[in-house]
Amino acid sequence: MSDFPETFAPRARQWPLRRVLRSAPLSLVFYLAIVGGIVWLALRGSASMGYNWQWYRIPQYFYEITDQGFQWGEIPIGLVATIGLSTLAFALALVLGLLVALLRLSDLVVGNAVAVGFLELVRNTPLLVLLYLFYYVLGPIFSLDRYWASVLCLAVFHAALISEIFRAGILAVPKGQWEAAKSIGMTTGQAYRWIIIPQSIRMMLPPLTGEMVHMIKSSAIVSVIAVAELTTIGRNIISDTYMSFEIWFTIAAVYMVVTLALSVLVSRLERSFTVKR
Amino acid sequence: MLDRTPIIDIRGVNKFYDGFQALTDVSLSVFSGQRVVICGPSGSGKSTLIRCINRLEEHSSGQLIVDGTELNDETRNIRAIRQEVGMVFQQFNLFPHLTVLENLTIGPMRVRRASRRDAEATARKYLERVHIPEQADKYPSQLSGGQQQRVAIARSLCMETRVMLFDEPTSALDPEMIGEVLEVMVELADSGMTMIVVTHEMGFARRVADLMVFMEAGRIVETAPPEKFFTNPESERCRVFLEQILSH
Ligand SMILES: Nc1ncnc2c1ncn2[C@@H]1O[C@H](COP(=O)(O)OP(=O)(O)O)[C@@H](O)[C@H]1O
Ligand SMILES: [Mg+2]
Repeated sequence: MSDFPETFAPRARQWPLRRVLRSAPLSLVFYLAIVGGIVWLALRGSASMGYNWQWYRIPQYFYEITDQGFQWGEIPIGLVATIGLSTLAFALALVLGLLVALLRLSDLVVGNAVAVGFLELVRNTPLLVLLYLFYYVLGPIFSLDRYWASVLCLAVFHAALISEIFRAGILAVPKGQWEAAKSIGMTTGQAYRWIIIPQSIRMMLPPLTGEMVHMIKSSAIVSVIAVAELTTIGRNIISDTYMSFEIWFTIAAVYMVVTLALSVLVSRLERSFTVKR
Repeated sequence: MLDRTPIIDIRGVNKFYDGFQALTDVSLSVFSGQRVVICGPSGSGKSTLIRCINRLEEHSSGQLIVDGTELNDETRNIRAIRQEVGMVFQQFNLFPHLTVLENLTIGPMRVRRASRRDAEATARKYLERVHIPEQADKYPSQLSGGQQQRVAIARSLCMETRVMLFDEPTSALDPEMIGEVLEVMVELADSGMTMIVVTHEMGFARRVADLMVFMEAGRIVETAPPEKFFTNPESERCRVFLEQILSH
């Protein structure tokens, strides 16, 4: 169809130079150069501080072989907790975000006002303050423990961002699709379910992945109320061992591996979506 | 030969977009089995009029009665009427994420609650009627414009509506594909379908129309049977319009 070119038309040919600049090997070279630079600076700085590197003590936080056999260390356990927390919060954020987006797109005046109020409130509050609100204010009122206060805080914060992704995706579907759906007698709900949402999903997938990556990173903030997850575990290990350089490098690398893996996974997924047509 | 009560009864309808009046005191009765062709210059309100009939646009005042049901804010009425009135658009508006077959079955299955089997049987029957049974499993983007518009006609037929509206169904097509779409529409007319067609294809109009309607500046200026309309229209403006359109 003429007004639906991006997803169905073959990809436009790119300039050779741009293709080289965007190619994976070159990105990797850039990336390694930057990481190398940071490591070099850190090494120089730590040398002048007389920092005592103890990398050999790091593997035990990944796994241990004991009398009982193989055991996961604290870092993988923390990572699983981070992923669990983020996934749960993301699932809630998707539902809440869709609700807010639909309210904003509806012609209900009250619904619209509620949605806009919610968006402004969340968008103009720092995440840390929002977390304190959930834990110290809403927590006692609704008897939320620290885990649920964190999950709900992250869900609400990301729901605001996700609702904008949904809204943009839904608005990007041409008006003629609504008209065709209505003219065969569909209700608004049926049109969303069968015609509009399936077409917007494809446009929303890349920004939604970005949002999941963002969620995994911002989940680190719940370490300030000591919810057990990757960053909290890092802090705990450091307070026992004082190995702040090694542990923070390691924790950062673990976050990065997970978020990069996620991006790769979704770009694969996206490609298989387009190839099918 | 025609039913006495009109299937579509438009009485003194006005339509405003903000301050702009797109329809002024439009009245028109269409009887079951009748084929009405509407023509007129661009911007004269032809689309607005037929889009009011299935409530894609809301009329501002006057009465619009379809098959005995008055169109008003009652959602139930609107949906009931949409199940009686199909529409074919200038831009086809096929669902690009669904195959041709799915485009045809989604309405019957979701709106009419037909089983997949029945819906597919109906879909194949109508694909046959628009002469593209072999395209059932393709996606719309893989078809030519003429094929897409025929799928759109079949999609509307699958809802088994009593009336079909066409808004310039051939205007977006390359010239060599206009014929195949008009052919399907002529066959549809011969089968007795009630049709309201906005078009400038006067050959088609001569062939199938029972009633010609000429609109200008939001008003119906002339309503006449085709014999009279093409040979001896009453209004000067209609005569001028016909000369322009028939001369090229
Ligand atoms: N959604 C709209 N908002 C404002 N004006 C509109 C809208 N749709 C149509 N119009 C105006 O109403 C008039 C009639 O339009 P339309 O029914 O599309 O004419 P036609 O189909 O005869 O070319 C035009 O002047 C057009 O600009
Ligand atoms: Mg028009």
